[in-house]
Amino acid sequence: MAKKTDKKIIFKKEKEMPSHAVSFYSMDYNKTGSWRNFRPVINYDKCTFCAICWKFCPEVAIKLEKTKEKGKEKFKPVIDYEYCKGCGICWEECPSKAIDTEEEAE
Amino acid sequence: MRKVLMGNHALSYGAKLSRAQVISAYPITPQTEVVELLSEMCASGELNAKFIKVESEHSAMASLIGASATGVRTFTATSSQGLALMHEMLHWAAGARTPVVMGNINRALAPPWSVWTEQNDSLSQRDTGWMQLYAQNNQEVLDSVIQAYKVAEALDLPAMVILAAFVLSHTSETVDIPEQDKVDEFLPPYKREYKLDPDEPHAFGGLTAPDNYFELRYKIQKTMEEALIKWEEVGKEFGDFFGRKYGLVETYKVSDAKDLIVSSGTMASTARNVVDRLREKGKKVGLLRIRVFRPFPSEKIREILSSVDRAIVIDRNIGFGSSGIFYQEVKAAMYNEKKTPPIFGVVTGLGGRDVTSKDIVGIYEDVTKMEEPKSDIIWKGINI
Amino acid sequence: MKLTIPEKEIMSSGHLACQGCGAVLAMRYTLKALGKNTVIALPACCWSVIDGPFPHSSVNVPLFHTAFETAASTASGIKAGFDIQGKKDVNVVAWAGDGGTYDIGIGALSGAAERNDDIIYVCYDNEAYMNTGNQRSSSTPLKALTTTTPIGRPKEDNKKDIISIMAAHLIPYIATASIAYPEDMIEKFEKAKHTKGMRFILVFSPCPTGWKYSPQLTVKLARLAVQSGIFPLIEIENGTKWRLTKKIAKPKPIIEYLKLQGRFRHLKEKDTNEIQKIVDQTRNRLLEKIGE
Repeated sequence: MAKKTDKKIIFKKEKEMPSHAVSFYSMDYNKTGSWRNFRPVINYDKCTFCAICWKFCPEVAIKLEKTKEKGKEKFKPVIDYEYCKGCGICWEECPSKAIDTEEEAE
Repeated sequence: MRKVLMGNHALSYGAKLSRAQVISAYPITPQTEVVELLSEMCASGELNAKFIKVESEHSAMASLIGASATGVRTFTATSSQGLALMHEMLHWAAGARTPVVMGNINRALAPPWSVWTEQNDSLSQRDTGWMQLYAQNNQEVLDSVIQAYKVAEALDLPAMVILAAFVLSHTSETVDIPEQDKVDEFLPPYKREYKLDPDEPHAFGGLTAPDNYFELRYKIQKTMEEALIKWEEVGKEFGDFFGRKYGLVETYKVSDAKDLIVSSGTMASTARNVVDRLREKGKKVGLLRIRVFRPFPSEKIREILSSVDRAIVIDRNIGFGSSGIFYQEVKAAMYNEKKTPPIFGVVTGLGGRDVTSKDIVGIYEDVTKMEEPKSDIIWKGINI
Repeated sequence: MKLTIPEKEIMSSGHLACQGCGAVLAMRYTLKALGKNTVIALPACCWSVIDGPFPHSSVNVPLFHTAFETAASTASGIKAGFDIQGKKDVNVVAWAGDGGTYDIGIGALSGAAERNDDIIYVCYDNEAYMNTGNQRSSSTPLKALTTTTPIGRPKEDNKKDIISIMAAHLIPYIATASIAYPEDMIEKFEKAKHTKGMRFILVFSPCPTGWKYSPQLTVKLARLAVQSGIFPLIEIENGTKWRLTKKIAKPKPIIEYLKLQGRFRHLKEKDTNEIQKIVDQTRNRLLEKIGE
């Protein structure tokens, strides 16, 4: 499994490097949330838990939290703001118009 | 077992004995017999390998790089235009550190069309990071394929075994074919450290900024330097196993030589006869055959040239705008030495013009009349 | 509530794609369908950058970067390498853009198809050489603006019909897919996964940066392309049996699709009419072929 790091790895010594460009680490260090101008905010009062926002997120930045409501299993979408690039697909595609946009603070 | 084999078939037997697992090749004169025999061996089950009948040499090399990256042994053969077409992927094979072994039949590049022998095709690839060696007879061709796998896989760097078009590729010679179980003992299966494997996922060849690309290039050069030792080591081990020893270079009657002929491949083979002929006339001549050209055996060159009065490098190639390529590299190896003989560079035999014993005797006689090299190219056997 | 596509994620966040990138959705759905036993041959294209720099990667499956025109040839070699080791169930995927498929890589693609090599060739189509900054490819649609088909000389040639070219090779499985229809796409990949021989899937992947639209419209555009008939969702078995996987009874007018994109902002009414005519004719030819 790719190891997590907190920043992009630059090898300081040639001896530490493999003989060719082999990857060992994930891209987790790259917190693409910093790319946003606007952030999506889910209004759970309107949300029908259809998971369409999760389905269409290119950043894999919407996680589904499994909850139970009235004995039924529900998938509650939760936005991971560390990685959400603010592309807006989720608020565009939400059939219930349950996602609002907020301008990103400085 | 001894068999009469043409040079092309010696390559095929080398690949077969080495148990190549994936072969991708595209036909080109004068290489076709290499792949035709390998096709037959695969079809009959004599060789357990996948044979990809690719639609171009570029795809041949690309597919072998992919296969090699999964950790299997790969082989191809080509010549001239085909090698030129592979050029982009030759860089890729070296950079990806995939130990592909390839047979190249030295054939002159077009235009105009030519099928005859010349070394420009392989020498044009000298900076790609591929190891390259020039064979002088079919026994060496077969033996060198096996050795090439051992060196290439120990270092994870690709290698090409080179032989002259028609002069070797289509010339039949008696070749001793080693026993399979002995080759298996000498050459165990390829083990790759980081390979394509769903159980251990990696990305290979990702974007590398100046902050680390430099070090990866450094590693290839360091490996080339290790290869100088490895070729000698493997050549000696081959001798222990099969009774025929090989090295980076081959010397003939150099210990007391005053004049030294430096050459490669079949021309060196011819030059050996010339050395004997001239010795009969009392001339103290010796021969240095450069077998491994990449990595370039500078130390060996310095060792041998330091004790002669004159060196004559015979090139069957030319670096346009400069001079013969072996000549350039030999000169460069000697440049910083306190004691270096004058080095004469002869360019001959381009486009397959025959280079006979008589021609080499003529070269010797003409050059030995010169006091010093007046120019970087002495053209021989040409109609000017 | 049941999910309509597999829940498990294979690729991860942190990758370098533009906001709203269609090509990323293409990869996300492909990996969900094929699973971890997948190896990707990746030629020069947007994904060469998206995956991340050395020594990082975001796909979490083995990925081999290779030269631009070698997606198919590299994948063929990788498959042969696994086959000879007895690992016969690895999904070997060639993952190329339209440039590496329609243009520079078409020779190797045709070669692999003719040999019926056991690979899944996926072309994510964003209709131009996007990684190098939006130059036209033979996949760029008629009249689109790119940097090499600028105002004054928009694209004069029709989009190359790569599907017919692949069908002519009579390979076992060909499909078109759109990132707006992930269920249809994943079903097709699952079918491909269980088919032997050469499989070719063309995935319509809108690009906000190149097509010049607000990133939030990526899925909408991919949907409109299908609904207007300009990108039909089809499946072809053995090159001869064609069928629609989504029937569009009454296609939406093409203007609805075109007007949302900056690369078509220069179109006059006569241009749109011309495009509509071509879309209609192509659609009718297809329906005739399918026998509807």
